[in-house]
Amino acid sequence: MNLDFSDDQKALQEQVRRFLAEKCPTSAPRAILEGPEPYDRALYAGLAELGVLGVAIPEAYGGMGLGHLELCLIAEELGRAIAPVPVSSSIYLCAEFLLLAGSEAQKQAWLPKLASGEAVGTFAYVESSGRVKPEGIKASLKDGRLTGAKTVVPDGDVADVAVVLAKGPGGLSLCLVDLGGPGVKRETLETIDPTRSYAKLTFDGAAAEPLGATGDGWGLTDRVIDRAAILMAYEQVGGADKALEMARDYALERMAFGRQIGSFQGIKHMLADMYVSATLARSNCYYAAWALSTEAAELPVAAATARVSATTAFQHCAKNNIQVHGGMGFTWAFDCHLYYRRSNALALALGSLSTWESLLIERMSAGNAEAAA
Amino acid sequence: MNFDDTPEEARFRAEVRAWIDANAPKQLEAELKRASFASSGIESMDPMAASKAWQKKKAEGGWACLHWPKEYGGRAASPIERVIFGQEEGVYGALSGPFIIGHGMCGPTVMAWAGEAHRRRLLPPLASGEEIWCQLFSEPAGGSDLAGLRTKATKADDGSGDWIISGSKVWTSGAQHSQWGLLITRTDPDVPKHKGLTMFFLRMDSPGVDVRPIKQANGQSGFNEVFFNDVRIPDDQRLGAVGQGWEVSLTTLMNERLSIGSGMSNGFPELFRYCLETEIDGAPATDDANVRSKLAQFAVRQSGLKYTGMRAISALSKGETPGPENSIGKLVAGANMQELAMFALDLQGQAGVVWDADSPQNGRFQGMLMRSPATRIEGGSDEILKNIIGERVLGLPGDIRVDKTVPFKDIPTSGRSKA
Repeated sequence: MNLDFSDDQKALQEQVRRFLAEKCPTSAPRAILEGPEPYDRALYAGLAELGVLGVAIPEAYGGMGLGHLELCLIAEELGRAIAPVPVSSSIYLCAEFLLLAGSEAQKQAWLPKLASGEAVGTFAYVESSGRVKPEGIKASLKDGRLTGAKTVVPDGDVADVAVVLAKGPGGLSLCLVDLGGPGVKRETLETIDPTRSYAKLTFDGAAAEPLGATGDGWGLTDRVIDRAAILMAYEQVGGADKALEMARDYALERMAFGRQIGSFQGIKHMLADMYVSATLARSNCYYAAWALSTEAAELPVAAATARVSATTAFQHCAKNNIQVHGGMGFTWAFDCHLYYRRSNALALALGSLSTWESLLIERMSAGNAEAAA
Repeated sequence: MNFDDTPEEARFRAEVRAWIDANAPKQLEAELKRASFASSGIESMDPMAASKAWQKKKAEGGWACLHWPKEYGGRAASPIERVIFGQEEGVYGALSGPFIIGHGMCGPTVMAWAGEAHRRRLLPPLASGEEIWCQLFSEPAGGSDLAGLRTKATKADDGSGDWIISGSKVWTSGAQHSQWGLLITRTDPDVPKHKGLTMFFLRMDSPGVDVRPIKQANGQSGFNEVFFNDVRIPDDQRLGAVGQGWEVSLTTLMNERLSIGSGMSNGFPELFRYCLETEIDGAPATDDANVRSKLAQFAVRQSGLKYTGMRAISALSKGETPGPENSIGKLVAGANMQELAMFALDLQGQAGVVWDADSPQNGRFQGMLMRSPATRIEGGSDEILKNIIGERVLGLPGDIRVDKTVPFKDIPTSGRSKA
């Protein structure tokens, strides 16, 4: 049994960690939080140059041609650094859709640009609050024209291209929309985590080319969301670990009542609980990374498992990080709120915790019924 | 990244599988599948006889305590081979219950601290299950604060060099079945608490040893009180130097925490099956949003523990030492079991209060509810385990201690002032 990453993969992770420590200290997400820029363009260009964006994209399309295990570890580092860049939208989602369902021409047109950072992609499917269901999709696709509105589109204000889920003559289908073209209106949304952008996109007869087979839209969405959920879970595990480290370091440094506050069991046990949830999440993520890299039949269950566990862990660690810091932790100047914001934003991205809890049990029940049949 | 055996591991697994297939007591398989964490589930024969028979067979085949050296009854197997044997032993592993403390804690302590003659005399019958050991550590005055123990050992005044023991121990699992006990005592109350302790082993049928079952909160009697009324122990049954008992006890406790992949049952598969079979308002319980949310959280905790164990096994397979992540096992499993039992009863509505043969799954969840408080205390309470994670894994400072440097006899013994 070898439930572990290879030495080469760990070396790549270490390289990315060093790069981010230098180029993305917490002043980077803070600058995005406080300033007018939607994301850190220099950092994004640097990640592209390092090969990080194209790590799982084949060399024929301008990538490095490594795999998803490498991408998992990169995601962990991006989460650890709460990097203010559109990697999840462009790479976990848009590039995955293209790899899974794109025509040769579509892959040639977009994947090299996504890998080089020259273009940013995203996925637009949400239209209302609550769990996204196929019957709730109203955006319509007819004769190569898209009409309707999508909301909470991640990085929708800066993306050049979007994969959009819409209702067409043959059922739900995916299409590819150049967001720079006519008939596209974008409105940036104000959110709990401005270090990552969200937008509302309104389409009024925008040109849209089909992506994948007609009527395959929902199935493809499910598959790519599962894959992206595993990568997102890695970002969450990275964030959880960092929040735990921050809290631990503060508990060692801060003196009160004449002693280090980490010597009080009230603090120590809170930190131990954080370690437990972060460890459970990490182990579940190993399982999911294995499923993702081997295209295992268990992937849907593994994705939901990792996602539920990692969401729980990051929220738990980020909120208790503030608690350990006390009043200082609630100041704008301390970085705790950056992790608190990110943990709660990521908890909702790709479907909220309750949605994933429900998906996990649906999938386990279905698996059980199959096993019994 | 994979779940596959290396070629050597696969060969070893095939050998183990063939031996178990040819030798396991298959007539007990169905009963063992119903085993819960507190019992082997054996009803068709004396459970102790069943356990001893299987252990003896394993010893004869060279599969008992397989990570121990051969001269002490083991097989000199690698840690990963030990894990593979455990996986292949499957349900029959539940028969090892009576030997866990002896094999897991007393044996390694004897191996580390006893002389060669004692090791050769004591360890082989311990490995083969012919002799059972218990661990006489906890006391009414010293549980989590083990070094606060008060059982006294004094030199006999007849010049024999023997020690005379008086005092009592509690929470001693299996004392009624044991031939031997590992006993920690106080030999010097005038020095600070950790410095005045000494470790011995003794025959449990020594004159003056009195074992009485404790009636537990759940009505069962798995634990005992053991009283020592001037029990005589020869000096050559001392482990380590006089005053070195604390250091010796750390060998025992470290082995307690190192046991890997013991696969503690936490009841999740049973709860999930129950939810699939139960209806709420005419639909399967698993369709209910609240049930899904709860089940999902139990599921990811169980799965997180499972893959944490597999990460440790992966490290062993590569010849590395597993990381500290394995220290979360009992902490998570214990709390999970209690919450899970409460949730299962909640699903049964007002009928959840009933605990009889007609209760769902034969009353398994009611039994778990009533046993789970002990799980959160035995082998290191939740709070001690959190201290260990906080201090040894995260590097936090220890609590400020008021009892470490004062003579033991001067440490207060009651929280109420004597006025």
